[in-house]
Amino acid sequence: MSNNEFNNFKTVGNTKTSNEVVMSVENCNVFYGDNQALNNINIDVGRSEVLALIGPSGCGKSTFLRCLNRLNDTIDSCKVTGKIHLEEEDIYSGEIDVVMLRARVGMVFQKPNPFPKSIYENVAYGPKIHGITTSKQELDELVEVSLEKAGLLDEVKDRIHTPGTSLSGGQQQRLCIARAIAIKPDVILMDEPCSALDPIATEKIEDLINELKENYAIVMVTHSMSQAARVSQRAAYFHLGHLVEVGDTKKIFNNPEHELTKNYISGRTG
Amino acid sequence: MFSYLFVILMVFAIFIYFYAKKYSITIRNQSGYLHSLPQYYGFYASLWFLIPSLIIISLYLIFAESFITSTLINTLPNDIKTLSSAELNLVLNDIKNLAVGNIANSSSFTEITEAANFYNKQNQLIDKVVFYSSLIIGLLTFTYAFKTISSSYRARNFIESAIHVLLFGSALIAIFVTAGILLSVLFEALRFFEVISFSDFLFGLSWSPQMAIREGQIGSSGLFGAVPLFAGTILISLIALLLAVPIGLLTAIYLSEYADIKVRAIIKPILEILSGIPTVVYGFFAVVTVAPFIRNIGSMLGLDIASESALGVGLVMGIMIIPLISSLSDDVISSVPQSMREGSYGLGATKSETIKKVILPAALPGIIGGILLAASRAIGETMIVVMAAGLSAKLSFNPIEAVTTVTVQIVTLLTGDQEFDSPKTLAAFALGLTLFVFTLFLNFIALKIVRKYREQYE
Ligand SMILES: Nc1ncnc2c1ncn2[C@@H]1O[C@H](COP(=O)(O)OP(=O)(O)O)[C@@H](O)[C@H]1O
Ligand SMILES: [Mg+2]
Repeated sequence: MSNNEFNNFKTVGNTKTSNEVVMSVENCNVFYGDNQALNNINIDVGRSEVLALIGPSGCGKSTFLRCLNRLNDTIDSCKVTGKIHLEEEDIYSGEIDVVMLRARVGMVFQKPNPFPKSIYENVAYGPKIHGITTSKQELDELVEVSLEKAGLLDEVKDRIHTPGTSLSGGQQQRLCIARAIAIKPDVILMDEPCSALDPIATEKIEDLINELKENYAIVMVTHSMSQAARVSQRAAYFHLGHLVEVGDTKKIFNNPEHELTKNYISGRTG
Repeated sequence: MFSYLFVILMVFAIFIYFYAKKYSITIRNQSGYLHSLPQYYGFYASLWFLIPSLIIISLYLIFAESFITSTLINTLPNDIKTLSSAELNLVLNDIKNLAVGNIANSSSFTEITEAANFYNKQNQLIDKVVFYSSLIIGLLTFTYAFKTISSSYRARNFIESAIHVLLFGSALIAIFVTAGILLSVLFEALRFFEVISFSDFLFGLSWSPQMAIREGQIGSSGLFGAVPLFAGTILISLIALLLAVPIGLLTAIYLSEYADIKVRAIIKPILEILSGIPTVVYGFFAVVTVAPFIRNIGSMLGLDIASESALGVGLVMGIMIIPLISSLSDDVISSVPQSMREGSYGLGATKSETIKKVILPAALPGIIGGILLAASRAIGETMIVVMAAGLSAKLSFNPIEAVTTVTVQIVTLLTGDQEFDSPKTLAAFALGLTLFVFTLFLNFIALKIVRKYREQYE
């Protein structure tokens, strides 16, 4: 695939959502030093739906995801241009503080990364930072509700003050989800949340994502086509830093328009 | 003679190596199969020659001298034999001096001259025995090994285990040396505790060993209560840590979390250079610069600060251990996984919140380990305190007074002409032992903590 093919490239399919728009990305470019990692990305993120980001590794899925909560800011060489709106506010214009942004856009990482603190402290971490609760009792309740929503409460009820790192991998990942939910975000970003987990833990997380999508906008990177097919309503296919095709998951999987998408879906691109 | 023997052994060994290698190649050509590569057979044969020879030489180095000396004593006349061991040693020294051609005090006595001749003869005889026996036995074992070489003999496995043994041996040496140091200090210290009771030493409040210089003097027992020394050591080390821990830790946080690559590339080497400065230089710095400076400030405030104040020494020692603390903490903080930071940023935490609430707690065990290592370094530090701390043992926790430390006392007790069995000199070993045990204990705890911390992320 030569780069010429991407000259004046325009994403095929429908980049808009049929649901209420929570985030919208316009002409987004990302550079690591002199290397351009993303080219002219346009896409909307809608409420109450799961948007799956798929594509071969190194195509820029994680980079894109990390633009949405400005986590790329922590990498010195990384530069982002274009406009990304969270509801009405442009998140890169200074209209919204990065701390507030990240309170509204939670993130779950590829490898479960609970803090070396107790289960309780892990979940309470965000609320404490943002001063979400005013009393100890309120905080206790929030922790409990978050664990409940993450489907972890029953398993850890009586050891909530033991280290979060002592849980199994799948439980740790659900703890990280509980931690993200606790700050009451609008959007949850997930970067291959199941790639470090066994099939049973994966199934649990997928069920959880299905429940959570009612209340949140979820953007999820996944390597597994079947997972994308199971949990997402919309899918976006990235290739070499370009957003090739976006559309309803069913359409992307059953009837892709672009040649590159076809190749990837049928397993010809790795 | 031994350099000569050594060269011969090496020449033999090299020759044997090539000979056996060539032989194994012939075997391979004849039978079409050889278990290991030819050079393994070379090493195999060569080792079988060298090891027995080297064992004989080491036995000689360890035992020959005492063996010859004891036969020598047996030939001496009875009146010399029955001398006290100290005097007997003097006579033996004379004999040996004479034997190597030096003039000795007692060369005029015929018995001594005869003994010297005897000593020389014995030495030559044993040298000869060692020379030939090491060669002959080496060649015998080599012949035996050479015969075992066949196309199916597993020379490679032999070499692998030989290397295993060699490496294990190197590790053992380090341990034996440490044990040896500990034992030698321990025995001297035990002799001290025959004279001064253990509890008087450990809990006594006055230290004045100078009284015990001459036997028969009034109060010749001296006072060996080491508490003032421990107190002084602890006081100075605490001052050092109070300075070094905050500065070192903040430096480490800055370097690992805030500094960009360019700044880091400048500051890190500077800190490493600081940690390479000889402690004598720090000692000068304490005496020439810091102590007068502190005195001046004191007089401005109306305080009378001793020129050898614990404060001055402690501060300089603190400066010395800043690089240690900052580089250990930097390592530990940098090894907190990046995913911890991202997890925290992703929840909307700022950089300083992330450092305070996630990174430092995660790194804490490692940091504490580093601080303990620095503490044991401060406690054992000698040169700075010898140059800049006081000599008189005063039980005080006042930082503007002069206090002395365990290491300073060891140095003063052992420098100059000393009798090696007076309580005064032996006290140095008791102090050394205490210091050794204490720093060993600190290091042990520190390493345990650091290791536990490492496991957490591996
Ligand atoms: N921190 C970084 N510094 C420099 N280049 C990076 C960095 N992270 C990612 N990249 C580059 O950006 C491109 C996209 O990477 P990434 O977003 O991680 O891909 P994906 O998640 O789809 O596998 C890759 O070419 C990668 O080498
Ligand atoms: Mg990725």
